[in-house]
Amino acid sequence: MTSITLFGLCAAVLIGLGVYGLIVNPQPLRKILAFNLIGSGVFLFFGMIARRGAASGLGGDPVPQALVITGIVVAFSATALAVALLLRLDAAGGPSGLDDAVDGES
Amino acid sequence: MTTSGGPLLVAALLLPLAAMLAAFVLGRAQAPRVVACALPVGLLLALAILADLLCSGEALVYLLGAWQPPLGIALRADGLSAAMLLTTTVVLGVVAWFAWGDFAQPANAPEARQPLMFWVLLPAVWLALNTVFLANDLFTLYVALELLTFAAVPLVCLEGRPETLRAALRYLLFALLGSVLYLLGAVLLYGVYGTLDIAQLSTRVHPGVATWAAAVLMTVGLLAKTALFPLHLWLPPAHAGAPAAASAMLSALVVKGSFFLVIRLWLDVLPGEMMLEAGQWLAGLGAAAILVGNLVALRQRRLKLLIAYSTVAQIGYLFLMFPLAAGLVGMGLSDAPAVTGGLLQAVSHATAKAAMFMAAGLIYSTLGHDRIEDLQGVAQQLPMTVLAFALGGVALVGLPPSGGFMAKWLLLSAALTTGQWWWAAVMVIGGLMTASYVFSVVVRTIVAVDPEKMPKMAVPRYREASVLALAIFSFLLGCVALLPFEVVQVGRLGSVLP
Repeated sequence: MTSITLFGLCAAVLIGLGVYGLIVNPQPLRKILAFNLIGSGVFLFFGMIARRGAASGLGGDPVPQALVITGIVVAFSATALAVALLLRLDAAGGPSGLDDAVDGES
Repeated sequence: MTTSGGPLLVAALLLPLAAMLAAFVLGRAQAPRVVACALPVGLLLALAILADLLCSGEALVYLLGAWQPPLGIALRADGLSAAMLLTTTVVLGVVAWFAWGDFAQPANAPEARQPLMFWVLLPAVWLALNTVFLANDLFTLYVALELLTFAAVPLVCLEGRPETLRAALRYLLFALLGSVLYLLGAVLLYGVYGTLDIAQLSTRVHPGVATWAAAVLMTVGLLAKTALFPLHLWLPPAHAGAPAAASAMLSALVVKGSFFLVIRLWLDVLPGEMMLEAGQWLAGLGAAAILVGNLVALRQRRLKLLIAYSTVAQIGYLFLMFPLAAGLVGMGLSDAPAVTGGLLQAVSHATAKAAMFMAAGLIYSTLGHDRIEDLQGVAQQLPMTVLAFALGGVALVGLPPSGGFMAKWLLLSAALTTGQWWWAAVMVIGGLMTASYVFSVVVRTIVAVDPEKMPKMAVPRYREASVLALAIFSFLLGCVALLPFEVVQVGRLGSVLP
């Protein structure tokens, strides 16, 4: 097994764990963490694709490396927004789960 | 090569960006004026792009820094982009006109967060949508999608009530899963074909395991953002809980952003034989959305939730174009009727749904509630608003001469031409169900009651007029059939055509 295959499998496992966590966990904070796990898997995948580009004699393909930085910034802002929403929800005194109470006449 | 009209595309991105930053810096008192100045300029830009497109008959291209793809990034506007740019500007213009009363506060009031954020987020949505329509590589499109999410989620919870915050958080989680799946698919395509540029991909992509995996990942991600059944669960609470002007933007425009990407992906990037197989699945989900969305809408007791579920159903119609386009190409015909029908459905739904949400907002602010069973007498109080709601409803049902009629007629005839009668049946049943809930609302509002019993809360005339203007636009949209039809075919990448 080459190191590229190993990294690819690691990425797949991370993504799988993340998707599982995102669907199964009822708590919003855990869902946000699970999203970050998927993100890590995708970024690892980016690195693997960049390394495969090295087959043509370069040290590594620079394009995925440039993309991964942007991707990390976007994922970071998304996490910040989600956590900020969660804090506001907590401060507003609502129950912290995502399930709606029965829709009242509001 | 950068075409002569290319700089217009840069202007179409810089204008909303400048408006967003200026609105944020200048603060609440000036922000509405900044947006009100920028939108007419944006309308002129969109018209200029459309005119350039029709005159030259080719797509507008701008290479950033004159770098060629795959190293450089290209902006590209074809007929689909130009039509969506124009729709976005028109709808946002009317929404800003309508929101003037809700969110423009007197200058001596203390600085409030909600109005300022509304006037910053409106150009932010505009910027993100323009980027979605003009970007020509999969990664820029990913960033544009995320920008759209970040602009749309705060709009859901502008009022800051716990239930809207919860709806916004749920929307954000769906959208984040969607975009990360899209990104994974885009990386897979890069890994196999070595480029992210759509024009280059369209010549290189061929069916295979990796291409199918990428296509499925990207499509599922985009469907979560577009709220196609069964990934629609986040939409009704998010769209129904937002303030009326924000709901109008979210329901009319934001879901169309990710839908536009589905069109780009299947029509431009992926080869036609893949669409022939996948189109049935996409349209199957669309048909389920039409039936389930309409059925649930019929059972709603609150007007805004009814309109939100109607959005779930109308999104379903958008996806019927894929097997029809593939079928037409498979018969050696042009796929123009199906693509035009799909695009016209998107434009018609955008204008009609924005008008209906704003009409519901006016009814809510007059009565203080939006319970459908207690709507009697509204037509006496707000005749223009009820007329606007009815005209919007007519466009959703698809009666002539509305845009919805033209769209459904094109899709129906494409379905019959290609022998896929089951999609035609779904469209007809969906139209009947839509008619019944629109009718049940309108009939209740025109019941006369004693004027003494009606609340005396007055709605400014200009707000009623703004809603009616958009509804009339949607109602007369079918007249574009009189124009030369080929707008959406201008500058199409040739991958689908035989």
